[in-house]
Formats: sequence, structure tokens, C-alpha cells
Amino acid sequence: MFRFLSGFGSYWILMGKVFSKPEKPSIYYRQTMKELVSLGLRSIGIVTIISFFMGAVITLQTAYNTENPIYPTYLIGLGARDSIILEFSSTIVALILAGKVGSNIASEIGTMRVTEQIDALELMGVNSASYIILPKVIATVLFNPFLTLISIITGILGGWIVGTTADVTTSQDYIYGIQYAFIPYYITYSLIKTVIFAFIITTVSAHQGYHVEGGSLEVGRASTKAVVYSSVTLLLFNVILTQLLLS
Amino acid sequence: MIRAEHISKTFGDRQVLTDISALFEPGKTNLIIGKSGSGKTVFLKCLVGLLEVDEGKIWYNDVLFTGLDFHGKKEIRKQMGMLFQGSALFDSMSVEENVRFPLDMFTAMSYEEKLERVNFCLDRVNIVNSNKLFPSELSGGMRKRVAIARAIALKPRFLFCDEPNSGLDPKTSIVIDELIREITVELNMTTIVNTHDMNSVMENGEKIIFIEEGEKCWEGNRNEILQSDCRLLNEFVFANSLARQLKNSSK
Ligand SMILES: Nc1ncnc2c1ncn2[C@@H]1O[C@H](COP(=O)(O)OP(=O)(O)OP(=O)(O)O)[C@@H](O)[C@H]1O
Ligand SMILES: [Mg+2]
Repeated sequence: MFRFLSGFGSYWILMGKVFSKPEKPSIYYRQTMKELVSLGLRSIGIVTIISFFMGAVITLQTAYNTENPIYPTYLIGLGARDSIILEFSSTIVALILAGKVGSNIASEIGTMRVTEQIDALELMGVNSASYIILPKVIATVLFNPFLTLISIITGILGGWIVGTTADVTTSQDYIYGIQYAFIPYYITYSLIKTVIFAFIITTVSAHQGYHVEGGSLEVGRASTKAVVYSSVTLLLFNVILTQLLLS
Repeated sequence: MIRAEHISKTFGDRQVLTDISALFEPGKTNLIIGKSGSGKTVFLKCLVGLLEVDEGKIWYNDVLFTGLDFHGKKEIRKQMGMLFQGSALFDSMSVEENVRFPLDMFTAMSYEEKLERVNFCLDRVNIVNSNKLFPSELSGGMRKRVAIARAIALKPRFLFCDEPNSGLDPKTSIVIDELIREITVELNMTTIVNTHDMNSVMENGEKIIFIEEGEKCWEGNRNEILQSDCRLLNEFVFANSLARQLKNSSK
């Protein structure tokens, strides 16, 4: 309990350091561009693959659950669309990114800590927390909404391709279904969640990495903790946000 | 000039430094020697403020460093350069970007001016044609030299080196010692070097402080060190048989 509270305290102290005035905006801009590539662009592949199969499975499952003829056939497309937009493209993709991006951030920052690179920055008079972490936060908060949109599109596409190939729905029904009673706010909701999840993943993982003490063993441990803590925090916020945004 | 007065430092209930006072003068290579684990790195990190001291005062010229807030310390830190025990080069940056980093961060120089300064510093430490290499592609000795180049890029007034020649062969290690001594005189810096290498002690020791178990046991220069009657120091200096034979034969 004490460990939890002191960790919570040090997280907020770190955030205070991260969000202080940048020393040299041009350098922060350059760093942010770098992070956009390494944390954003490099995640497109995995997000696309996972979303495609996720969409496929959701469509198949919805189809088998609605085999009863009293359900209209367009329900498959509609059901798949709503599950993908509301939950899968934001939360499941965020969980996957917590694994990929979170461990990446924690081990990168942890390595900088144990090899004294953070000390070297501090010694030069650079605000190391802000210099290292802020560009990552900006990059993920800006880019993850695009990942979510990509995920929604490939998810629905995956459902369509696999659904029609497996013959559980017709192309016409599916396309009618994904347009039927569409509520644009669901997309907004999904994007709001994504932005908050991106913030959680990046800052929680960065906090784990920043406070590593010891050697490479501890760096490994920190990156595991980063994934676990950011996933749990993210799921907790998922409940809170769903209640706040959809009620 | 750097003055440390009665520095003490504990980690938890472990006393690592006990009441160390010392004066480090400009234009000189000041050495801190002592066994592994005696507290040299901790002392150096206390001096530069990477670790908070529990007790004691640290003066940089006329400024009381330990009394400054974050921003005040930052101003003094811009005049410091430090070579860390493991070099601490930024591994996502090339050699050139590493040395250019402090210039990017704290000067308004044009790209050409920065490049000229970078190349001057790299040339000074004998690293040529390696601008585009990454730290992982360098040998340990090259990394140390690049780290020195980075440390002197902003012409610091205070230079700190934590074991500049550990893990290097005797010849490279002499090259690095000479380099540090030369730039110290050239820039009239106050240089503090941690070492347990007796070669550098005999080459560079204009002022030597010997630390044992976190306490200052002895202070002097390289000529005095051989005549000292401090038992712990003698055990340290004459740890190897070659040194012992030399001492006996000189009697
Ligand atoms: N962050 C820390 N927490 C707890 N103890 C520490 C910490 N840093 C150093 N120590 C302890 O302080 C003592 C001095 O360590 P220090 O790194 O200063 O040794 P050193 O003289 O630099 O040794 P070496 O020559 O091997 O580098 C060691 O016993 C170490 O265990
Ligand atoms: Mg040390």
C-alpha cells in the first residue's frame, strides 16, 4: 500500500517535470517527429493485422449468435460495426499497444537511466523528464486516434471479407448493416478513449522506466511492470469513461 | 575553483561519505583515488548535484551551489562537463549528434558553426572520420573519447571524469590522461578525476585526495604519495608487487 502511494506520488511529480516549459521548442519538435515514426508509424502494421482478424471473428460470432430467422440479416453488419467502434478498436488496440509501445518506452528510458544517459542530460542542465517523455506523449496522443481509425476501417473490412467468404452474410446485407442506424458520436467516443489511453500507456510506462535502479535485469522488470500497470489502469479508465461518455 | 566542506552522504542507513572537505583549483588535474566501492562516484555525483548531500556545503567559485534552487543549479551546470564511468553517450544519436547536442540545446550558433566546433572537439580527442557512426559501433576507448569531446563542447569551466581509463589498455589510457591534462591547462578548467589507476596517479597527480570507506585519509601530490606513512594509502599504492619492488629498491 505504501509502495503504491509513493509510486502514485512520484508519478505526479514526474508529470510536473514533464509538462514544464520546453527549453528549446525546435529540439522538442524534432524529437516528436522521431517518436511519431517509432511509436506511431511502426505500429500501423500490427494494428492492421490484429484489427482485420478481430473484425472477422466478431462478424462470425455475431452471425452464429443471430442464426435465428427472427433477427434481420443486416444485424450481423450492424453488430460487428458497433462492437468494433465502441470497444475493440479503442480498448483492444490500446491493450496491444500497451504491450508493444509500453514495453518499448519503459525499456528505452530504463536503459537510459542505468547507463547514466539521464544523468548526463541532467548534468548539462536539460530537463531530462520533459526532453525524453514529452515528445513521446505528444506523438502517441496525436497519432493513436489515426491508429484507431485505421483499426475501425480494417476491422469492418475484415468482417466483410471473411463474412462473405464464409457465407454467413451477403455483401449486400453486411453493407446495409454497417450503415444502418449509424451514430457518429460512437466514433467520437472511441477517439476520446483512445487519446486518454494513449496518455496512460505512455506516461505510466515512462514513469516505470524513469525510476529504474540497478542494471539490465531491473530494466526488464520495469518493462514488464509497465505493460501490467498501464493495462490495468487503462481497463479501469475504460469503465469510468464508458459510464461518463455513454450514460 | 570548487570547495567542498564537510560533505556527508547516507543511503538509507548506510553511511557512504563521512565529513569530506577538499579544495580543487583551476588549471590543475585533481585526482580522487580509492578502492572500488570507497565512494568516489558518489562523491563526484554529490559535487555536481546529481545526488543531494545530507550535510555539508559545496562552493563553485563564490557561489554556494548547495544553496541554489533548480534554476540556479542549472546555470552552473551549463559550465560543467562530465565524463561518466560508462561514457553515457546517447545511443540513439550518432557521434556527431552526441557532441553537437549541448550546442543545439544551449547556443544560438548556426549549423556550420556548430559543425566546426564539433569537428574541432572530435579532432582534439583524435576521433576522425567517425562522425556518422553510432555509439554501439565504437570501441570502449573511442566512446570515452567521444564523451570527452561532448563534455568540452561548450568550453566548460569545470570538468569531471569518472574513471576515464578503466577498462582500457595502458597505452590508450595514457593518451586519455594526457588529453585530460592538456585540455585542463588549455581551458584553465577545474578538473576532477576519479581513478584507481596508479599510472594516471603518477602521471597526472598534481593534487591527490585518497578516500577510504567514504573518509578522506590523505591529501598531497604525486611526489609525496611515495613517501607517505599513511598505512591505508600505502596498501593501496603498493598493492602490486612491481610497485613494492620499486619502493624497496629506492630505499
Ligand atoms: N544509489 C545507491 N544506493 C545505495 N547505495 C549506493 C548507491 N550508490 C552507491 N552506493 C554505495 O556506495 C558505495 C560507494 O559507491 P561508489 O559507486 O561511489 O564507489 P566507487 O568508489 O565509485 O567504486 P568504483 O571504483 O568501483 O567505481 C558502494 O558501497 C555502493 O554500494
Ligand atoms: Mg565509481
